[in-house]
Amino acid sequence: MAGIYGHLVEVSLQRRDWILLALIVLLAGVGLWIDLASPAIAFWRAVPEGLPPEQARLIRSTTLRLGLDLQGGTQVILEAQVRPVSWSLSRWATPEGVAGFVREVYENAAAAGGETMEVARDIINDRVNGLGVTEAVVQVQGANRIIVELPGVPDPEQALATVQSTGFLEFVDTLGQDLPPGTVISTTYGLTAAEISAITWTQVYPTVVTGYELVSGQIGTRAKELTGEPMVLLGFNPEGTRKLAEWSRTHVGQPLAIVLDKKVISAPIVREAITDGAASISGGKMTWREAERIALLLRYGALPVPLTVVENRTVGPTLGQDSVNKSVVAGIIGLCTVLLFMTLYYRLPGVLAGLALCIYTVLIFALYKLIPVTLTLPGVAGLLLSIGMAVDANILIFERMKEELRAGKALRASIEAGFDRAWTSIWDSNLSTLLTCLILYLFGRSLGASMVKGFAITLAIGVAVSMFSAITVTRTFLRAVYGLLGPYLERHTRFLLGVALERP
Amino acid sequence: MLHLTRHRYLYFAISALVILPGLVAMVLSTVRYGTPVRLSIDFTSGSYVEVGLPRPVESEEVRAVFLAQGLDVASVQLTEGNRVAIVRTQVIDMATKGRLMEALRAAFGEVIERRFDVVGPSISQVVTRNAIYAVIAASLVILGFITFAFRKVPHPFRYGLCAIIAMVHDILVTVGLFSLAGLLWGWEADTLFLSALLTVIGFSVQDTIVVYDRIRENTPRMRGLRFEEIVDHSLTQTLHRSLTTQLNAMFVMVALLLFGGASIKQFILVMFIGLASGTYSSLFNAVPLLVVWENREIPRLFRRLMGRKA
Repeated sequence: MAGIYGHLVEVSLQRRDWILLALIVLLAGVGLWIDLASPAIAFWRAVPEGLPPEQARLIRSTTLRLGLDLQGGTQVILEAQVRPVSWSLSRWATPEGVAGFVREVYENAAAAGGETMEVARDIINDRVNGLGVTEAVVQVQGANRIIVELPGVPDPEQALATVQSTGFLEFVDTLGQDLPPGTVISTTYGLTAAEISAITWTQVYPTVVTGYELVSGQIGTRAKELTGEPMVLLGFNPEGTRKLAEWSRTHVGQPLAIVLDKKVISAPIVREAITDGAASISGGKMTWREAERIALLLRYGALPVPLTVVENRTVGPTLGQDSVNKSVVAGIIGLCTVLLFMTLYYRLPGVLAGLALCIYTVLIFALYKLIPVTLTLPGVAGLLLSIGMAVDANILIFERMKEELRAGKALRASIEAGFDRAWTSIWDSNLSTLLTCLILYLFGRSLGASMVKGFAITLAIGVAVSMFSAITVTRTFLRAVYGLLGPYLERHTRFLLGVALERP
Repeated sequence: MLHLTRHRYLYFAISALVILPGLVAMVLSTVRYGTPVRLSIDFTSGSYVEVGLPRPVESEEVRAVFLAQGLDVASVQLTEGNRVAIVRTQVIDMATKGRLMEALRAAFGEVIERRFDVVGPSISQVVTRNAIYAVIAASLVILGFITFAFRKVPHPFRYGLCAIIAMVHDILVTVGLFSLAGLLWGWEADTLFLSALLTVIGFSVQDTIVVYDRIRENTPRMRGLRFEEIVDHSLTQTLHRSLTTQLNAMFVMVALLLFGGASIKQFILVMFIGLASGTYSSLFNAVPLLVVWENREIPRLFRRLMGRKA
């Protein structure tokens, strides 16, 4: 049947193939180096403290990342609580009622806004880092959720309490110094005079007023008259007004730092004495974005929206380690079985396909490290399954090759025809799997099911790399072997290919 | 050439025999639990607590500790020689969890926290909705893709639709058997089950496309032959590949089942059944259905049945 196609050009081993072979060997070598650069299965925490940043980054980028389900840890999904707005008619009777309605609607809009969630994410990130969790991941998901991943935290309850707590806001006298945003400082709040004088290792800055003395209803942003520049407005209660008036009278021209959880957010200069408790921050190169951010931080003292835990998953370290060990064993056994079967069933091409499969495995792990892909338990299963499936393209090709051989075609032409004819089915079928992966990925991302997402990514990488290994790598190997041992192959087709060539 | 499509109604009957118990299980499950398969907390909200205990325990002891904390216990499951307890209960906040762990330590000694999941109702609703969307989206994308990829053969839409029918077959087999396992052993569908199902869908279509590709290639070359014969040739030619590929996937999955961790056993088993069903449905449902359609057998069958009645 296949004899109808007799017009294939016979391809001899050309320079192009040698170059390709060299490139494949090089690629496999680089992949192997990346794989072995650091332990194949290492935990995030394996990066030792105190290394130079470049070196730490190198180690991290060559370390396989394990998901929380494999290394143990906690994943939490926090959701911004949006207060339902009351629509009752009685509210419209008084101006206060209307104002209250407008405010609630505004607050809900702000809570659902991207900017608010990003501010919340940054604050949580700071707090998590403050806990000493170095490789935590804090992400905004969708319109009103934040995912916090804390790998290997021994006490997730306490960590969560810290994440959710209200931050502490202070207005601090910088003693005339210029403190850039992000500086972590010590302040006098809550300390006795004796304690302050006992601190000699660092400067302690005097707290002027605290967030307790702010009136949240008076905080907002507005365009400055004439210039239209953004401006942050804030108001203090009588106690705060008194303290601020007293301090600002003698400190005109000096900065007053806004400090959240001991970290400087902004340090505006006092232009004039603030005696009526109503202050504004403007000037510099402040953008609307920054103004909004500062206003949000001031208004809520900390998290711009109340966040509640809607999902919490904790995996103890022993369970994860056990899963890793078992999956490694299962993977090696599975891979060996596939190699053995391919060798027995397809003979020489099977051996070459097995070699290509090894290169596939090497490349996959290198890619996981470089991208980087966080390997979850279903991800491991997807990876192992993709090893079984990676040979599918080879099987399609070899079956085709055998058909062409049985139809009486010459060996060299059969090899090329096998690859040519199998191509459309390989391409179409793999494309459909990639499309499914895409849907899985989008699905996983939309619900923060990092397990599902991880599985989709590993499967998609597997399909893509398998097309390279099963087609390009195997074909180059086969051509090289044919180029070197062609006549020998022709004589021993029954043993080496499993098909007896009928000699005329 | 093997006359594989000749026995097409036998293949359909075998499929029906496998699907039917699953359908019955799904009905029973709906009566008993309200859903065709038992759902895990991923879909229903609640807590999953898995703890390692220093000594073998009775499930009543564990239940008592939870009840003492004022928690409703849905189920207590003991594994690994009664040294590991899996408890399904209501949504627990962090403070309650702290108290619960203390109570467990007071009752049993050194308790190891292996897994602790809490899913709130707002999350589980989103998961359920998106799961349905994901399956529908996957079906539509695949239908469109096949219709496009086979635009050069006559009736490309048939190919797409028959592939989708085969896919629905695989979903029914997998979900049906899972439902049965839910009734017998309390298996619960979680997001992992969903990933397995979606993978099955992907590979089911992959298998179908390989055979379709051969029909597409053979159609212009075998112009004199009847469609049924072309299909038989194509099936025979791809049979080796289908079985060999299936065998390789089986090797890996069996290795995972035998040597892999306990937490993915269900996932692998679902995949195992699904992939086997996928290969079967590609060869013995999707492709013979093309022949049934081409020969217009359904209206004929329908007429014959009606005629007999009259």
